[in-house]
Amino acid sequence: MKHVLAALVENKPGVLSRIINLFSRRGFNIESAAVGETEDPRISRLTVVVAGDDKVLEQVTKQLNKLIDVIKVSDLSSDGMVGRGLALVKVSVDRETMGQIIEISDIFRTKIIDVSPKSLIIEVTGTDEKIMAFIDLMRRFGIKEMAQTGLIALARGAKATTIKKEG
Amino acid sequence: MKKIGTAIILESLMEEGVEVVFGIPGGVLIPLYDEFYDSEIRHILMRHEQAAAHAADGYARASGRVGVCIATSGPGATNLVTGLATAYMDSIPVLALTGQVPTTLIGNDAFQEANITGITFSVTKHNYLVTDVKELQNTLREAFYIASTGRPGPVLVDLPKDVQTAETDYKKDIKINLPGYKPTYGGHPKQIKRAADLIISAERPVIIAGGGTIISGADEELRELAELVMIPVTTTLMGKGAFPEDHPLSLGMLGMHGTRYANYSVMNSDLVIAVGVRFSDRVTGKIESFAADAKIIHIDIDPAEIGKNVRVDLPIVGDAKNILSSIINTIKIQIKKEKTKDWLVKVKRWREEYPLSFEESGETVKPQYIIKELYEATKGEAIIVTEVGQNQMWAAQYYLCNRPRRFISSGGLGTMGYGLPAAIGAKVAKPDEMVFDISGDGSFQMNCQELATAVQNDIPVKVAILNNGYLGMVRQWQELFYNRRYSGTKLGYLPDLVKFAEAYGAFGTRVTRKSEVRSAIEEAIETDKPAIIDFRIEEEENVFPMVPAGAPLDEIIGGN
Repeated sequence: MKHVLAALVENKPGVLSRIINLFSRRGFNIESAAVGETEDPRISRLTVVVAGDDKVLEQVTKQLNKLIDVIKVSDLSSDGMVGRGLALVKVSVDRETMGQIIEISDIFRTKIIDVSPKSLIIEVTGTDEKIMAFIDLMRRFGIKEMAQTGLIALARGAKATTIKKEG
Repeated sequence: MKKIGTAIILESLMEEGVEVVFGIPGGVLIPLYDEFYDSEIRHILMRHEQAAAHAADGYARASGRVGVCIATSGPGATNLVTGLATAYMDSIPVLALTGQVPTTLIGNDAFQEANITGITFSVTKHNYLVTDVKELQNTLREAFYIASTGRPGPVLVDLPKDVQTAETDYKKDIKINLPGYKPTYGGHPKQIKRAADLIISAERPVIIAGGGTIISGADEELRELAELVMIPVTTTLMGKGAFPEDHPLSLGMLGMHGTRYANYSVMNSDLVIAVGVRFSDRVTGKIESFAADAKIIHIDIDPAEIGKNVRVDLPIVGDAKNILSSIINTIKIQIKKEKTKDWLVKVKRWREEYPLSFEESGETVKPQYIIKELYEATKGEAIIVTEVGQNQMWAAQYYLCNRPRRFISSGGLGTMGYGLPAAIGAKVAKPDEMVFDISGDGSFQMNCQELATAVQNDIPVKVAILNNGYLGMVRQWQELFYNRRYSGTKLGYLPDLVKFAEAYGAFGTRVTRKSEVRSAIEEAIETDKPAIIDFRIEEEENVFPMVPAGAPLDEIIGGN
């Protein structure tokens, strides 16, 4: 079972390495982790996708919370959420395949962001499933290289993982 | 007011009430040590940084205050690691100050540079690298606060040389702002009510008290609850002293080398009230069969401990003292003591049928006998520090401990070499108390250089070495489970420990016969010097009873 956790952490040097270290020390199986600044520059938001049962999820949440630099942890997968990842895929092309690739790319609503006679770089965003489906389709054309972000996610509706302002 | 970094460090230590630090200087720490030269804070020069960390740890365990250790950059700092890991596993408040190369050199593989914050991520509660002197005062305040509150633990502050010598404003009052750190102290009232209901209706309850009970200072509440409901109490190794072991309701220690009656009681109970324990594998035995018929109430300040190892029916997160006193107030009015009467009869029967026992034989010196004699000679009033292995288990089994903070042992990490330096720390914290390190010949040799520290600083700790010529606990497992193939466990050569003691300026004596045991202990007590007793014990004596690793807690071998 996959869970998506969002953690608000202090935007300080070393925080990410603390978190990664925690995951490896406790033997947590993390599928992806993505981190970036929030609307408040003092705070970063970390999104982790973790595989495991409820007991694992509970431990990951609690152990994350134990880190002094971690301010808040929410399980986004328990309620509705929207999650997106991004991949950049460099695909081999020739005259014959160009049309097919562009056609598939259109269906997936991707962007072609670099064109050369022998390759295209395609930017695809979406859910993990969509990205994986797209990558699978590209394989037969020959993927030269690719890079992928971890999933980032927000809860649906007005509910938010934020910090209560004090005073 | 402007101050330089080192002055801020000393000022901060004074503000936190630090009276003594354990350390060793080094190149990047010369500015800081210059400040100690005419400070009121006592600096005790250790002989190895590992020992400095253990001494700070022993000081903290004996006093309940934050122990402070200091080491230089690179090897000095890395030598602290075992000591920090020891303190971390047992939740001991220790502040480690380490020197670091100047910020301009960090990352350049400078002389004696080590990334100590990176190295100690997983053995500290938190750590800091101070890169700007403006953050120094705040950081130290936070470090003390984090080390000593919630579930305590070691905190390391890494101090680059240029930060030590830079100048900034020093403020008298600063506020701590740690949005991600808010320990829970009060238990949830609903959970407390439920716990009270479970306790009242239980027929075969048992309390397991751990180190958290001692840290919280909940020993009186624990006793009140046990007596109020008439519940037998067993403690973990770390909980020794949380409940008086000479109390009729005491079952002594449970677990791998616990008493049979403690283990049987837990396994046959219908309610386990676990206070400040983390259900280590040494305590639970085979986890699936642990107290299978019992409901488990788990009281702990660390939410991550709940459900980590055993299934818990009723968790209460918070400070044990608060929670126990709320439970007591809730049940006081409605309790009927007779409820556990039959259970207590059963427990008593186990106690009579399976007491701790060992075989005496002529003039052979038995380790259990030594501990019993030590208990008598010190009237049970010594602070006992142990090494790790057989010596530790015999000490735990035979030296009854009736008050908290008087049995000091590396429980979680099991650090050999812990005892002597921790005893030094304990003796510094409690100079008027008798402090005995119960040691083995293997463990003793892992930090025996600290005898020099004890002699130089006039810290008269006593060391009872249970000398069997082996790494005894491993040898015992080899005997029982590896067909007596004593691979790598025979120590073979050991220096003459009496001469060793004398060479360091300490008192040393040797015991080879049972009849000499008591007088040697008394001699060691009487001398003003640090003292070592080399007890030549039965080589292949084993610690029993024993639950083999991974076996259910009631599948016990030996000791009846």
